[in-house]
Amino acid sequence: MNNHGRLARADNLSGYAFIGPWLLGFLVFSVIPIFSSVFFSFTRYDLLSSPVFIGIKNFASMLGDSVFWKSLSVTFFYVLFAVPLRLVFALFLAMLFNRKAKLLRVYQAMYYFPSIIGGSIAVAVMWRRLFKDDGAINSILGIFGLNNHVSWIGNPRTAIWTLILLAAWQFGSSMLIFLAGLKQIPESYYESANLDGAGPVRKFISITIPQLSSVILFNVLMQTINGFTVFTQAFVISGGNGDPMNNTLVYALYLYQKSFSYYEMGYGCAMAWVLVLIISIFTALIFKSSSVWVFYESKAN
Amino acid sequence: MRGILFHVFLMAFGFFMIYPILWMVSSSFKGNNEIFGNASLIPKNILYENYIRGWRYIGRITFATFFKNSLFYSFVATIGTVLSSAVVAYGFARIKFIGRNFWFACMMVSLMIPFQVTMIPQFILFFNIAWVNTFLPLIVPMFLGQPFFIFLIIQFIRGIPQELDEAAKIDGYGRFGIFINIIVPLSVPALITSAIFQFYWKWDDFLGPLMYLNKPKLYTVSLALRMFADPATSTDWGAIFAMSTLSLIPIFLIFILFQKYLVQGISTTGIKG
Repeated sequence: MNNHGRLARADNLSGYAFIGPWLLGFLVFSVIPIFSSVFFSFTRYDLLSSPVFIGIKNFASMLGDSVFWKSLSVTFFYVLFAVPLRLVFALFLAMLFNRKAKLLRVYQAMYYFPSIIGGSIAVAVMWRRLFKDDGAINSILGIFGLNNHVSWIGNPRTAIWTLILLAAWQFGSSMLIFLAGLKQIPESYYESANLDGAGPVRKFISITIPQLSSVILFNVLMQTINGFTVFTQAFVISGGNGDPMNNTLVYALYLYQKSFSYYEMGYGCAMAWVLVLIISIFTALIFKSSSVWVFYESKAN
Repeated sequence: MRGILFHVFLMAFGFFMIYPILWMVSSSFKGNNEIFGNASLIPKNILYENYIRGWRYIGRITFATFFKNSLFYSFVATIGTVLSSAVVAYGFARIKFIGRNFWFACMMVSLMIPFQVTMIPQFILFFNIAWVNTFLPLIVPMFLGQPFFIFLIIQFIRGIPQELDEAAKIDGYGRFGIFINIIVPLSVPALITSAIFQFYWKWDDFLGPLMYLNKPKLYTVSLALRMFADPATSTDWGAIFAMSTLSLIPIFLIFILFQKYLVQGISTTGIKG
């Protein structure tokens, strides 16, 4: 009994010793910042003078801040198109790759290499030039007789699409996740469907989609959350301030501007909590909808 | 016939996928008047001058400084992350202690909180202890374990038979001895995966350096490239593309050398590539 007690105590001690580094980091870099963020969101704070408590004024002034609404609509538009485009490409290519053929690994590398380097500044800088009036995209369009001198980056109508395309272009990592999921589907399902005379569309709808639905759910969730917090690409492509005419001013970029260019840190914190709220709502909605379309093995049995 | 069509399609589309990268690399060897208004991938003459001009940057600081800074930051942050995350992962995976499940849940929740929430208070904290314009705000937190990698390593450790721990215990090893002699050597694949991803994320990191490093001599490669390519001032695109190409070399090397780990990491954990 005594011995047992000593062992348990030693376990507690060594347990906390091992997780200690994380625990310290968690308290200092997560817990304290989260609580101070709540506090700052109710203050006016410019970093140099002490914070002034202003109640819900930050949240209230968001309602009348047209740039805030603009950034919100830009972000929604971005998520609405970037996430489905990326996932559709990813699923399509994953299905093509789900077979045995020569050179498949080489091709695969060509498709996911963009997603490996896509986060870098070099790619964002290159992307900006690619879509300029004298960039390679217009030259390629010229070859097909579609001569034009539009700067896709400079035109307020098309600027956001260059960002969406940049996101869609990086479908490689989702493709690999889908591919791993596809490999899990037993070949026998397709074989018996063949015996029943099912065509490719039927097999896709009745076997592939249900069997893959939990992987799709995971991808949709991750990509949506990433989409709402997109920053670096937009920062570089928009020249740091959401050009042209705030049409690429995504939410995280506006939040950054407010906090670190105008030093309205209280407002920035309030914006961060609104972002949490938006992401939570979307996560909840996606989860709620999943009970309709995500297929769980246990439920079927 | 279908086989040929399959290969042609995959090759054509694949070429289309990597065309932007090829265009950037080939432009880095072109003269400035040849880069634009031209989609060709083959330079008329191969010019190396872009690399020399680019390397010198603008002013006294060269890209040698930026590469040194980026390498320093990426290496130290990676080592810190892997070491500390492995220690914490062992604690969660193998030791029973009061509150373990609670803290584990806390860690998983902290993974889901967007960086935007903690970013501002963290900055205020580091500003107040005068850590801005040093690498400390970027590096010190990495030595306190990173939840994503802790989780990844925990999952791996759970796959190592518990009997090995018991045997080592009988041989007289303590907790730390078991960790060093049994768990670490057997978790090497997970540690390598963590190191690869963390190195390449830190190499690409932009927001962190943007917040904390405001002096040109502290710039990382990403930060320097962004300033170099500032839309308001930049004109020397040959030089910019030359440095962009150089900045991708470390990631390209990782891609070539550790493709297996990258693919496995992405497809089994859903890591963002």
